[in-house]
Amino acid sequence: MTDRAFDILVIGAGPAGLAAACRAAESGAKTAVMDENPRPGGQIWRASAGRLPVAAQPWVVTVGKQGVEWIPAARVFAAPAPGRLAIENAEGEFSLTYRSLILATGARERFLPFPGWTLPNVMGAGGLQALVKSGLPIGGKKIIVAGTGPLLLAVAQYLRSRRADVRLIAEQAPRRALARFAAGLPRHPEKLMQTAQFAWSLFGVKFLTGCWPVAAAGEGKLESVTLRRGGRTWTESCDYLACGFGLIPTTELAALLGCRIGTAGVEVDELQRSSVEDVYAAGEITGIGGVDLAVAEGEIAGFAAAGQPDRARRLFHARAAHRRFAAAMTRAFALREELKTLAHPETLICRCEDVPLGRIHACSGWRDAKLHTRCGMGPCQGRVCGGALEFLLGWKAESVRPPLLPVKVASLIGTEPGEEAS
Amino acid sequence: MADAVTITVNGAPVTVPAGATVAAAVALAGIHTFRRSVSGEPRAPLCGMGICFECCVTIDGREHVRSCQTSCAEGMEVRTDA
Repeated sequence: MTDRAFDILVIGAGPAGLAAACRAAESGAKTAVMDENPRPGGQIWRASAGRLPVAAQPWVVTVGKQGVEWIPAARVFAAPAPGRLAIENAEGEFSLTYRSLILATGARERFLPFPGWTLPNVMGAGGLQALVKSGLPIGGKKIIVAGTGPLLLAVAQYLRSRRADVRLIAEQAPRRALARFAAGLPRHPEKLMQTAQFAWSLFGVKFLTGCWPVAAAGEGKLESVTLRRGGRTWTESCDYLACGFGLIPTTELAALLGCRIGTAGVEVDELQRSSVEDVYAAGEITGIGGVDLAVAEGEIAGFAAAGQPDRARRLFHARAAHRRFAAAMTRAFALREELKTLAHPETLICRCEDVPLGRIHACSGWRDAKLHTRCGMGPCQGRVCGGALEFLLGWKAESVRPPLLPVKVASLIGTEPGEEAS
Repeated sequence: MADAVTITVNGAPVTVPAGATVAAAVALAGIHTFRRSVSGEPRAPLCGMGICFECCVTIDGREHVRSCQTSCAEGMEVRTDA
């Protein structure tokens, strides 16, 4: 693909990115939306058997009708100059320039290590759902869903609809935290409806609060999971463990661009502007908050970037309501302290370089750990172990350097400043 | 466009629905080990979204390709670690 220029470039085609691209293009801006996947939708709106979820369809249709340029299966790996991004796809490397950039790079799951977590068929909750949507056969397989958050319910519901045998859902949050959260649901009628719908579709599946996995076991692949709840510990056989402990915003590109990142995510003002001029952020990267908040933020960013702040302001009220709901979710599903004891000294934390917790504990911080153990130096660049170490040891991610992900040497050479791309 | 695609996984043919990923095809072939870690542990997909690199396999001679983010194409040759 050749180098291209756009008024507004949106990175990420999940709910926030699609909403932003629609509103930007409607306002007349020459807009492009890019995603690393071959199809739009991101994670929560991922297509299943070729069909997008109903909620995604109007946005994808509008993106098409508004003439938004769709750039699939492409990844940003560097920001070589202001207003310019270096991108790699299957064909090679190219640059995109923009007047305004909207970052909607979404979130990923937080994995907390425990003995046996590296066994084949132990996956993230969203991870197993994504794989099944991509064709993994699951009918008749025994599944335990564990970790925390409303995602577990959505995953269990989806797997059940694909004829998996969902044995149980183990939610680490205590019952009283969930009861408090449920008591607040009437303030958000659509969420109340959604909860009722989950309860209906998951009727018959054991849902245990204050429960979490302490070990996974099997020969060459998962065969059983040991769970704890209060004073009780027991083991259940299963084929897959779908386990994720919440979501972490994907802020690496924002950090590379110099955006200020706070404790929740990329810091933005009321028009979704980051601390870097002409760079907006919307959706989970500004703070985990769910799909409705992501769409509202995406619309606001799209309007704002296209010079329509009044249209953006009309959405402030809705965004505030979604943020209140998001804050309640964060409180309800906070990770409990006991989860810090799941990993033992011999439990691997870094899966890329096979580094156990015991060796990392001996290090004073990230830099020390990288130099002495290679933890965080593998292909995932700390995206998997980072979430765990932030929770276990309070280690914050350090500054981000390009390339944002492993790329071909040819792509790096193509972006040397002053050199012609070959 | 065909409804199904046939690839080979470690030499054996596997037929998948069009649009299925290589990761799904490997699982359909009954293979649980996608790659071996640096200390020889069997590994398989974890994140399903291209960030963990545990699903890497060799596709048409190209190593370290994330199978969870690669759609199957007719005649593809996929090899996993033993």
